[in-house]
This record gives sequence, C-alpha cells and structure tokens, in this order.
Amino acid sequence: MKKLAPFAETVLPWLSCVAMLAALGMIFVYVPTERNLGVVQRIFYYHLPAAWNAFAGFVIVAGASVSFLWKGERRADLLARAAAEVGMVFCTLFIVTGSVWAKASWGVWWTWDPRLTMTLVLWVVYAAYVLLRQVGGDTEHVARYAAVLGLVGVVNIPLIYISIRLWRGIHPRVESMAPSMAWTLLVCSGAFVVLFAWLLWIRLRSLHLTAELGALRRQAWQVWER
Amino acid sequence: MWAIVWKDIRLELRTKERLASFFVLAILIVLAWVFALGPERVRNPQVGAAVLWVGLLFAGMLSLRRTFLIEQERGCLSGLLLCPLEPSDIFVAKLIGNIVFLSLVEVIVVPLTIVFCGLPVSWSLLGLPLLILLGIIGFSALGTLFAALAVRTRAGEVLFPLVVLPLLVPLLLSAVQATGALLSGGDWTGMWLRVLVACDVVFVVAGWLLFGQTVKE
Repeated sequence: MKKLAPFAETVLPWLSCVAMLAALGMIFVYVPTERNLGVVQRIFYYHLPAAWNAFAGFVIVAGASVSFLWKGERRADLLARAAAEVGMVFCTLFIVTGSVWAKASWGVWWTWDPRLTMTLVLWVVYAAYVLLRQVGGDTEHVARYAAVLGLVGVVNIPLIYISIRLWRGIHPRVESMAPSMAWTLLVCSGAFVVLFAWLLWIRLRSLHLTAELGALRRQAWQVWER
Repeated sequence: MWAIVWKDIRLELRTKERLASFFVLAILIVLAWVFALGPERVRNPQVGAAVLWVGLLFAGMLSLRRTFLIEQERGCLSGLLLCPLEPSDIFVAKLIGNIVFLSLVEVIVVPLTIVFCGLPVSWSLLGLPLLILLGIIGFSALGTLFAALAVRTRAGEVLFPLVVLPLLVPLLLSAVQATGALLSGGDWTGMWLRVLVACDVVFVVAGWLLFGQTVKE
C-alpha cells in the first residue's frame, strides 16, 4: 500500500477529473443522438459503467472476504469493507439512472425488468452488508460475519439471476452499436474505472488511518494507566 | 452429533417456547394477509402460495435466530466447540434440529392456511409436503449459518432478518411459484422445483463449509 501511495494520491484525482470531463464532452458533444430512443439515451453512458463498477465492487468484496476468512488478513477485511461501500454508491447510481431512463422511455419510474430487479436485490444484500458494518461495530466477529455475508451474497448471484429470469421472461439487450457510441462508452467506462479506483483508495486509506488511530489510542491508555 | 440434535429437541419439548411462538406468529401472519386482502382474493392459488411462504419465512425468522441464543447463556457454545466434533458437525446438528422444529409447526400451519384461505383441496396437494420440506431445508441452512454469526454481534438480533431475507429471494420466488402451480393443479415439477433444489444445495453446502469460520475464537 505504501508503494502505491504517491501514485494513487497524485495521479488518480487528476486522471479521474480529466477522464470525467472527456467522458462528459463525448456524451454531450461528440456522440450523435440515438435514432429511436432520443436524447435520453445519453444516460446510457453513465448507466452501464456504473453497473460494471458496482459488480466489480461486489467481486472485490467476495475475493477479499475469502482472503480474510482463510488467511486472516486484516488488510483484506478493510479492502472488502471499502469496496462494498464504493460498490453501493455505484449500484445506487445505476438504479437511479435506470429509473430516470425508464421514466423517459417507458413512462414509468420502475418496471420489474429482470436486470433492474436483480440489481435491486443485490442492492439490498449489500445494504445489509454496509449496515452490519456500521451498526455492528469494529470487532473481529463483525468482520467474520460480514465476510460470510459477502461470500454467500456472491455465491447467491447465479441463483438470483436464474430465478428472476424465469420469473420475468427474457428482455431485449443491446445488439449492436455504432462506432462513435462504442468509443463514448469506452471512454466513460475508463473514466468510471479511474473514479472507482480513486474512491476506493480514499475509503481504504481512511479505514487504515482509523485502525491506526484505534491502536494508538489503546497504547496511550496503557501508558496513562501506568 | 445426534446427541446435540436430541438435546435441542428435548430442551424444546420441555419449554416449547420456540414452537409455540412460531406457531402463533405463523397463524397471525396468515390472518393478517386474509384481513388485508379480503377472503375472496386469498382464494386465488397464487396468492395462497404467497401467504403460505411469507408466513413461514417471517415467523421462521424469529424462530431460527434463537438457534444459538440458548447456547450463548453460560458459555455453552464454547462447551460445544470443545466437544470432539468438527464445527461442520455442529452445523449439521443444529440444521437438523431447525428443520425438525419448522416442519413440526408447518404440519399444523399448512392445513390451517389451506382452510383459512379456502384453497382448492385435491390429490395434487400430496406433493405439498415435499415442497414445504425443500423450502424449509434451504431456509434453515441460511438461518442456522447467520444465527451463529448474529449471537456474537451487537444488534445481531435486529440485523438477522435484514441479512437473511435478501439472500432468500431465489428460494422465496421458486417456492412460491412451484406451490402456486401445485395449488392450481398445474405442473409443479418443472424449472421452479429445480431452482428450489439448487437453492437447497447451495445454501447447505455454503453453511457446511463456512460454519467453521464463523465460530472460530
């Protein structure tokens, strides 16, 4: 973590700033308006990268949980916690942009479309995760609890996927994209990945500092009691 | 391992607190549904299936989260862990106990639900115990795993349903759909039954593998 620090602290903020500006420019200036869906389709370039970031966050949670449960690495636990929180933010963004888009193109704020439903279920699973972390306190038991939850949550994804697909039938997906749209999507995804990395870094560092502070405080108490 | 199962069953038969509270709550939830929807609407087999399962899950939640509460008093859990047993054996024992408790109560609650909702009675109802049992197995597996985690967490009691319910979504969906098909006399042995069995397998295996990690000191 120390080795990465200079890079993460100087490069990531600027890079994500520039990449986000480039992404906005491409969305609003460069890419042409989609023929059938109209202007509102431009939300798609935020919608899809947000979804990928959310899923990436949850995959990191699962990987870090495995590492914490079987190797007992404290670092992995903090990484899982940070990734869950950042993933939640993007998951919320995904649902909100999806809802706005649905209102504009289908006339309703919400439909029980399989993917929307699945994302909502995942959102609830990780809301429980984040809540557990906030309410349960910062103990070893809570860390184990959260790790098991993160792991079972990911193992559960195929089951949720299958059952919701069966429940709501199959809906159309993106078939083909004009090159300009694909480029815009690519730049947006890049910008979102950098933003994700930066947010993850900030949260991870604050968690590390909190842990350090706790250790120092305990030391201070010991000295004071003597 | 069977000693733990037997101990829990004997304890429960003497106090009956979990059985009785689960039974009364399950009936109350069914009544709440009937009052909220009206007696005409719950006669629809799909709605009846929903009433049955939501009652089971919500009432069962309260029962399951007590799984390890009795072991918490006077350090019984540490005693259990000192037994010459694998932690996964403790999980299986607790799981069997929970399945037995939930099934015992459902034996009474399910016929009552059918009567209260005025659901059609036919020979196809013979498949219902199998569906209920399959649902209970997966539900108990998740419940047992997270109940073990909840007893050692601050506000664990409150968080337990929040944690377990979202994970139960596939099980609830498949159980309700299969039961609805069965109650309306349709084919219930299709995909939904397979999803339900898959949920059972995944939840039991996950609990069996992860339980050792949850009770580590």
